[in-house]
Amino acid sequence: MELATDIWVWVAAILTLFVYSFLIKDNPLYKFAEHAMGGLGVGYWTAVLFYNVIIPDFWEPLTIAIRKLSMTPQNFDAFMAREGFSQMPQIMQDFSPGVSILLLLLPAIIGLLLFTRYIPKIAWISRFSLAFYLGAASGIAIPNTFQTRILEQLRGTIVQDAPDGSVVPLFSFDAWRDFFAAPGIETFFDAISGPLLILGVVCTLSYFFFSKEHKGILGGMARIGIWFLMIGFGASFGYTVMGRVSLLIGRVQFLLTDWLGVAG
Amino acid sequence: MTGREKTLATAALLIGLLLPVSVFAQTGEEYLYPLVDLPPAQPMGVIAEDHPNDSGEQINLSWTLSIDDPRRGRGRGNVIAYQILRKPAEVEGAEFTLIDQISAGVGFYSDTTCEPDESYIYRIGASNGKSIGYSDPTAPIVSASHFFHSGRWNALIGVLLLSGLLIYFIYSARQGKELFIRRIAGLDAVEEALGRATEMGKPILYVSGLSPINDVATIASVNILGQVARKAAVYEIRLIVPCYDPIVMAVEREVVKEAYLDVGRPDAYNSNDVFFVTQSQFAYAAAVNGIMMREKPATNFYMGKFFAESLILAETGASTGAIQIAGTDAVVQIPFFITACDYCIMGEELYAASAYMSREPLLLGGLKGQDWAKYIVGALILIGVVTSFFTTWFAELFNVT
Repeated sequence: MELATDIWVWVAAILTLFVYSFLIKDNPLYKFAEHAMGGLGVGYWTAVLFYNVIIPDFWEPLTIAIRKLSMTPQNFDAFMAREGFSQMPQIMQDFSPGVSILLLLLPAIIGLLLFTRYIPKIAWISRFSLAFYLGAASGIAIPNTFQTRILEQLRGTIVQDAPDGSVVPLFSFDAWRDFFAAPGIETFFDAISGPLLILGVVCTLSYFFFSKEHKGILGGMARIGIWFLMIGFGASFGYTVMGRVSLLIGRVQFLLTDWLGVAG
Repeated sequence: MTGREKTLATAALLIGLLLPVSVFAQTGEEYLYPLVDLPPAQPMGVIAEDHPNDSGEQINLSWTLSIDDPRRGRGRGNVIAYQILRKPAEVEGAEFTLIDQISAGVGFYSDTTCEPDESYIYRIGASNGKSIGYSDPTAPIVSASHFFHSGRWNALIGVLLLSGLLIYFIYSARQGKELFIRRIAGLDAVEEALGRATEMGKPILYVSGLSPINDVATIASVNILGQVARKAAVYEIRLIVPCYDPIVMAVEREVVKEAYLDVGRPDAYNSNDVFFVTQSQFAYAAAVNGIMMREKPATNFYMGKFFAESLILAETGASTGAIQIAGTDAVVQIPFFITACDYCIMGEELYAASAYMSREPLLLGGLKGQDWAKYIVGALILIGVVTSFFTTWFAELFNVT
């Protein structure tokens, strides 16, 4: 047994035990770990966003654009060299300095309007920012969602891309011919996987019809659909639990090896 | 001719005979080539093409490898790299400048540093490290910016069709047409769960997932929160909403406030109950767990997009004895919610929830429109499967490039 001498290994190990103490019951040690994690998380992300977004995407381009407008070319070049800017910001490569300033200030103002929430009399102004953000986000999300969740899945239910680059039907008579020529587990699954997938998609889709009562043919299809869903969820559950167990093993290994030095 | 002259003539003849032999390599194929520093053979057939469906920043180049490229297995095999040279076509007297260098054996390159709608001329140089064999310059090529992506017309038609259906059914619902919606067990339980919280005098916890506001699941969750907040305001139950995303928090505050106003209880609204926690996944899970253990909510709602924290939250909630209703479109997390929650709303049901709960014609019309879109998708799959026996043309209509 060789205890760790690195202070940070001790900190990590003790915090890990604090978090695991929640398994017994809520207690002050867990509360400490919880609040430390929360506070550090907020602090960390604030710093990350400040240095990775506000400074390079807003402050630096704005400063450069203002200097470009207000300085002589020689002084501007000297400023760029002094500040260590090797090239123009992307926005200034695409637009003039004046337009760049406008394009930088507009989103900044929209963002700042969110803070009007703290002044009750003008709090309604913050709704403009939210409306703009929601509208823009939905506008971007809808076509992409339509492509990935509808069109590509629709195609994937009809045909598949073969390894040689050709496109072959999912329901293939050739696979059945192979199965009857050489019956076996592998050829059986090759033959049945396509039709099963088509049946699963159509029946699962029918489960999500809301404007018709699930009776008759639709009811039968919906019941098959829910079976497909549950089988899928069961497989996914098992797969993910295995992943979680490996995370636990990783943590226990850390405690035993890095901290206590009794294993490995 | 004197003896001396004869000797000199013989020596000159010998040198003349031996020199070529000594200059030419002595072994194998190299025997054919002189050992002088000639540039490699130039790449042939250089083609420059505008990259389709982009914003005008890319030109694709392709060429036949130099005969001296080792990959061709002929020639001297001494090409070590290809140089990509470019010059603007419309600037008189402009010189070719080197924009990149790629290794031998590669006969294509994508220049992604073009200015939109500018015209360029390219040439490719085969380099052996000492000298370069340049190809002929290409014809001028414009890196055109394209307004419409011709590979996505199917998405355009689909979105227009879906929008048309939605508008039609919303219009029909507004005209007073009765629209039926089947029972959704998980959503029927919302009323029961709120009633339980009222009886116990305990708060409700509403977790709207970890995605930003542009996620469809978060938008659906915010809509459901509005309905839950209305009922909470009516029953005078405290509603706790810990938020992962600051923008989602701002939207949710608005939604909850609006709900309390709508039912005439603005005094009951407490903005401090809709609060930001942190944007660190497991720190957020730890904080919500703490809230569950200390506030002991009677009902926990988990609506939106969840990731690995789903089971941690749902298990803790179950251990506190709360009635739990979860809804997510994250397929991997649904099994955990099914296992640990009392009711689970799956995928599309989440999007239907706000319409189902509010029974507002506008939302019901939208739901009916979505159902019709599903009928069309089902029909297209069946048509596609039948036609795929003969041709894959129909399926390729849905291919997105």
